[in-house]
Amino acid sequence: MVEPLLEIRDLRTYFIGKDVEVRAVDGIDLTVYPRQIVCIVGESGSGKSITSLSIMRLLPQPRGKIVSGQITFGGQDLLKLTEDQMTDVRGNEISMIFQEPMTALNPVLTIGDQITEVLLRHRKLNRRQAISKAVEMLQFVGVPRAAEIVHEYPHQLSGGLRQRVMIAMAMVCEPKLLIADEPTTALDVTIQAQVLELMKKMRRDFHTAIILITHDLGVVADMADHVMVMYGGQIVESVNADDLFARPLHPYTKALMESIPSLIEEKDTLYSIPGTVPDAASFPTGCRFAQRCPLAQPSCFETAPELQQMGPGHLVRCDKVGREGEGVPM
Amino acid sequence: MNGQTWTNTRAETSEQVGEYLLEVRNLKKYFPITAGLLRHTTGYVKAVDDVSFHLRPGETLGIVGESGCGKSTTGRMIMRVLEPTSGQIVFDGQDITDLRGRALREIRPKFQMVFQDPYASLNPKMAVGEIIGEPLAVNHMGSRQQVEQRVVDLLETVGLRAEDRNRYPHEFSGGQRQRIGIARALSANPKLIVADEAVSALDVSIQSQILNLMVALRKEFNLSYIFISHNLAVVRHISDRVGVMYLGHLVEMGPKGELYRHPLHPYTEALLSAAPEPKRVGRRERIILQGDVPNPANPPQGCPFHTRCAKVMDICRIQRPELQEHVGGHFVACHLYS
Repeated sequence: MVEPLLEIRDLRTYFIGKDVEVRAVDGIDLTVYPRQIVCIVGESGSGKSITSLSIMRLLPQPRGKIVSGQITFGGQDLLKLTEDQMTDVRGNEISMIFQEPMTALNPVLTIGDQITEVLLRHRKLNRRQAISKAVEMLQFVGVPRAAEIVHEYPHQLSGGLRQRVMIAMAMVCEPKLLIADEPTTALDVTIQAQVLELMKKMRRDFHTAIILITHDLGVVADMADHVMVMYGGQIVESVNADDLFARPLHPYTKALMESIPSLIEEKDTLYSIPGTVPDAASFPTGCRFAQRCPLAQPSCFETAPELQQMGPGHLVRCDKVGREGEGVPM
Repeated sequence: MNGQTWTNTRAETSEQVGEYLLEVRNLKKYFPITAGLLRHTTGYVKAVDDVSFHLRPGETLGIVGESGCGKSTTGRMIMRVLEPTSGQIVFDGQDITDLRGRALREIRPKFQMVFQDPYASLNPKMAVGEIIGEPLAVNHMGSRQQVEQRVVDLLETVGLRAEDRNRYPHEFSGGQRQRIGIARALSANPKLIVADEAVSALDVSIQSQILNLMVALRKEFNLSYIFISHNLAVVRHISDRVGVMYLGHLVEMGPKGELYRHPLHPYTEALLSAAPEPKRVGRRERIILQGDVPNPANPPQGCPFHTRCAKVMDICRIQRPELQEHVGGHFVACHLYS
């Protein structure tokens, strides 16, 4: 049995204000094995980005707070590390890339300055060695004219190149885990295809595990080994990617799949999920999806369902769907 | 020269010009690049370079392409919010390219726009009822009571409640704001709606609500849409015909089923194969284009796509291919087919 690289148990991240408590992440379990690509799917406000910021301990301060849980990475609980110890982990063992490369890169530092910053912090290299390592990494991620681009500034590059620079920056210390939060959402499709391909190459050549956060089920189908669907701060379905697309069980997952138009087949009308996501400051008592769910029964509004096993490695937070193979009305 | 061919191929139907709600002929938009103290022009960004197409009443034309291909610029010129450098826009039998002042104001209610960002496109200081009623007030269409009644009807049409008219945009979610934007576009009884990335900023579940609403409204009000988007699946869902733009040019256009099943242009083919399909089995081989879209201020000679095309031939580097009909209604600008 392979040891997990990252294990999250019952993570709860709340935003605590004067009179409100926003339960952004509300009891998440997540396991990532080495070289695995785990996709977290969900819509805005589902808590997927806050989960990743919790792992990195980069929550907006002072209101964002991890109120309970454990995040075990390489045998240590990240939540118990001091800020200094955490800095040794960030960018070195766990790195992160973001949706908008223009806001994530520092506009007044050259590309070279930004990539070497992590090397100078985590590796015993001098500046010249660091620059040559940066150039090497830029070439690896497919940046043309790498030796010149290290001396250029972010604004001189296109969106696709900036995202490659971010990946180079994230990968230059060869981290064991890469967290990518909507890394291709701002990119054009042909550039998205290049970046997704590059991420697969990172996993192949550096054996990096990847947590990929996305709202795009197409990207999930392309990349994921394992998928977790989030809704209202909780996981509603967790299963390997093949089973997710072959046998989605949670009514929300199924509704999401029915709502997207297809490139290949014609659909007359799209399924549309009525209403909007619940407010994280005042979740309903019962199931958080009940008011939008076609299968909802009175009991759904009273008791919140637990995440339960519905098939081999297939967890679903719903009492109203049958187990795998039992056939589900909908 | 491209447009010449287009005009020729359409010549046999020229006596039926009246059957089109909109005809765009050889439309160009060149943005000058200026330099120096005196802002003299040193070159041009050819954002839209010789684009021609037509739209029938009740039809939805999708325009797809990546950032900078000129799809939004085309939409804005049709809306007459951006002056074309040259070309002609014929709307409902009338040449509107050079209309100004009162004549333009009179025809404006007939074509309306829905924008991408429902947060930026609604005035935060106006109540929803004022926002939706404004096109009517501006165009003196109806008394106060009539406008008020129309606003209430429109709110219900787009799935909001009558009492929402007294609330302000910030009180609504993204999807609801997009409904408000649609109600505003509908208020003056338009014939044409140009929707520019109208669902791109929305979550998947909300996106399908808005798409279904737009399909229902098209039937109810006999609208025509120009649906501009980078999302190929969304465009396929809503359109009857689809045009593909690249670097200011229309490179392929055809009925959607035909275009998606049998893409002709190597760019369309790459674009379709690059879009990830939400399924695990039976996915198609992906064509990964190398490099970025060239700088539109310095476009390549010949075919605009030749720098990234896997099937490039010598002629592609010298001569720009013209948009020509390949099979019934399916047009392509590529030397492979000439």
